Amino acid sequence: MLQIDGVIKYRDGRQTVTNVSLTVEAGERVALLGHNGAGKTTLLRLILGLTKIDGGQISIFGHPPGSIEARRLTAYLPENVDFHQSLSGKEVLRHLARLKGDRATRADDLLERVGLAADAERRISTYSKGMRQRLGLAQALLGDPRLSLLDEPTSGLDPIARWEFYELVGELAAGGGAVLLSSHALTEMEARTDRIAILRAGKLVANDTLESLRRSAGLPVRLRVAARPDRAEDLMANLGGCRINGRSVELACQADEKMALLSSINALPHLVEDIDIVPPGLDDLYRYFSAPEETRS
Amino acid sequence: MTAAFAFARYDLLLAHRNLWAAISIGLMTLFAIVLTISGSAPAGALGVDRLTVTVTSLTTLSIYLVPLIALLLSFDAIAGERDRGMLALILSYPVSSASFLIGKFLAHLITLAVALAIGFGIAGILSVALDGASPASWKALFVLYGSAVLLGATFLGFGYAISSLVRHPGAAAGLVIGLWLIGIVLYDLALLGALVADDGGFFTSKLFPWLLVINPADAFRLVNLGGSTSTLLASGLLVPQDALPALMPQMALLLWPPVIGYIAWRLFRRIEP
Ligand SMILES: Nc1ncnc2c1ncn2[C@@H]1O[C@H](COP(=O)(O)OP(=O)(O)O)[C@@H](O)[C@H]1O
Ligand SMILES: [Mg+2]
Repeated sequence: MLQIDGVIKYRDGRQTVTNVSLTVEAGERVALLGHNGAGKTTLLRLILGLTKIDGGQISIFGHPPGSIEARRLTAYLPENVDFHQSLSGKEVLRHLARLKGDRATRADDLLERVGLAADAERRISTYSKGMRQRLGLAQALLGDPRLSLLDEPTSGLDPIARWEFYELVGELAAGGGAVLLSSHALTEMEARTDRIAILRAGKLVANDTLESLRRSAGLPVRLRVAARPDRAEDLMANLGGCRINGRSVELACQADEKMALLSSINALPHLVEDIDIVPPGLDDLYRYFSAPEETRS
Repeated sequence: MTAAFAFARYDLLLAHRNLWAAISIGLMTLFAIVLTISGSAPAGALGVDRLTVTVTSLTTLSIYLVPLIALLLSFDAIAGERDRGMLALILSYPVSSASFLIGKFLAHLITLAVALAIGFGIAGILSVALDGASPASWKALFVLYGSAVLLGATFLGFGYAISSLVRHPGAAAGLVIGLWLIGIVLYDLALLGALVADDGGFFTSKLFPWLLVINPADAFRLVNLGGSTSTLLASGLLVPQDALPALMPQMALLLWPPVIGYIAWRLFRRIEP
C-alpha cells in the first residue's frame, strides 16, 4: 500500500505541498482533486521519487520512493507525455514492455485492450490526442502494477473512452492494485472511485468517501419548480426563492427540510407544473472544499 | 545491461526512422567520394600513392564533420526527452538511469561508426581502383577510422553533457553549435594568433604543444598527420615532435571519451526530469 506521511515540498521558497498525509490501500481507488496548480502533479512526482521530498515520508509497500523495488511495483501515467512521433504505437509499447520485463506479446494484448489494435502499426504522428492518451494508459498497465499513479488520465478522452478507462481502473483495483488518480474533471468520478482527496494550494482539505463528504459539507438540496403559464409571480409570492428562467423558481433547503418543503409545493397544484430535485453534485462539493474556509457559506 | 541494449535498439530504430542515420551516411559518403576523386590530380607526382593523399584530406574533413555529426546526434538526447516528458516516464520504470545514457551512446556510436565505415570504405576502394595503395597507406586508413570513432565518441559525450545542462532542446542545439565553432574552428585560430604574437618564446615551446593535444580535434590531427620530424597542420600550426611525450595524442584521444562520458553522466544524474 501507499503511505504518505506529513510530506512537504518547497518550490522557489514556497510550500507547494504542505504536510500532506494520505494512504491508498491495495484494491482501493482514490481520486486526487484540485484546481490547476493545487499540487497534484507535484505530489505524484514525490511518490515516484522524481522530485526530492523536503519533509515527511513516503512508503510504497515498504520501499522508499524512487527505489528500484518501488519502481517495479508502480505504474505512472504522466500528465504530458509525447511519445516519439516517428515510431508506431506498437514499437513504443514493445520497447516499454522490455524495460518493464514484460513480453512483447503483452504489449500487443494491451494495445488491443485499450482499443488501439487497428492503429498499432501506424506512426504516432497520425494519432489523435485521445489515441495518444490511450497509448499512455496501455503502458501504465504493463508489468501488473500494484500501485498506479495516473495524472489526469481522462483528459482528451471522449465520454465512451472515459467509461472504458474507468472499467480498466476498476479491473486494476479488483486485481488488488492501489490506484491514485488526479483530475480536475469531477462528475465523471461519482461511483468510480472509493475515496476522494481534495488538494487546495498544497493542503489536503478533504479525504473521505463521497457520502461522508456530502454529509459533512451539509450542502443544500435544490428544488426547481416550474410554474404554470403566467403564474411564476404568484408561485414566488407563495414560496420565496429566486427566478431562474422565465417560468421556474429555484429553492434551496437542507436535506432534512426537503419533505416539508415538498408538501407545501404540493399544496399549490394550480400554480405548479413540474418539480426537479437536484442533490449537491461533486462539483458543488468540490467548490465547497476547495474554496478558502472563510468564504464557505 | 539488458535495459541498455533495449534503449540502444530503440534509439537505433529512432535514428533510422528520423533519417539521422541516412543523413550521416550520406554526408560521409558524399565527401569521401568528392575528396578521393579531386585529390591532387596525378598523385604519383608527389611520390605517394593516392590512398595516402586521400587519408590526408579525409583527416582534415573529419576534424570538422565528425564532431558536427556527433553533436547533432546527441544534443537532443536528454533535453528533448525531458521536454517531451519521456524522461520522467522512463525514470519511473525499474531501470537504472545509467542504462538510459549508455543505450543512447551505443546507438549513436553505432550510427556514427557505420557512417564512417561506409564513407572511408568507399574512399579506400575508390583510391585503390584509381591508383593502387601501399600497406602503409592502408594502415593509415585504419588508424584514421579508429581515431575518428574515438573523436566521435568524445563529441557525443559533449553533446550529452550540454543536453543535460539546459532545459530546452533549442538551447542545447545552440550550445552545441557554439561548442563546435569555438572548439574546432576558433580554438586553432586563437592558438595561431598566440603563436605569432609569442614569436618562438615560452608559449611556443612549452605551452602550445599541450594546449594542442588537450583539444580532442587537434589530438586527432596529430595522430593522423604526425610526421617523423614535425607536423604541418592544415591550419598552419607546427608542433616540434619532441615537445610532447611519445603517444601523447593517442593517449588524449583514448582518455577523452571516458572522461567526458563520466562528466555527462554526473550532469545527467543531477537533473530533475
Ligand atoms: N518545476 C517547478 N518549479 C517551480 N515551481 C513548480 C514546478 N512545478 C510545479 N511548480 C509549482 O507548484 C505548484 C503545484 O503545481 P502542480 O503540482 O503542477 O499542480 P497541479 O498538478 O495540481 O496542477 C504550482 O504553483 C506550480 O507553479
Ligand atoms: Mg498537474
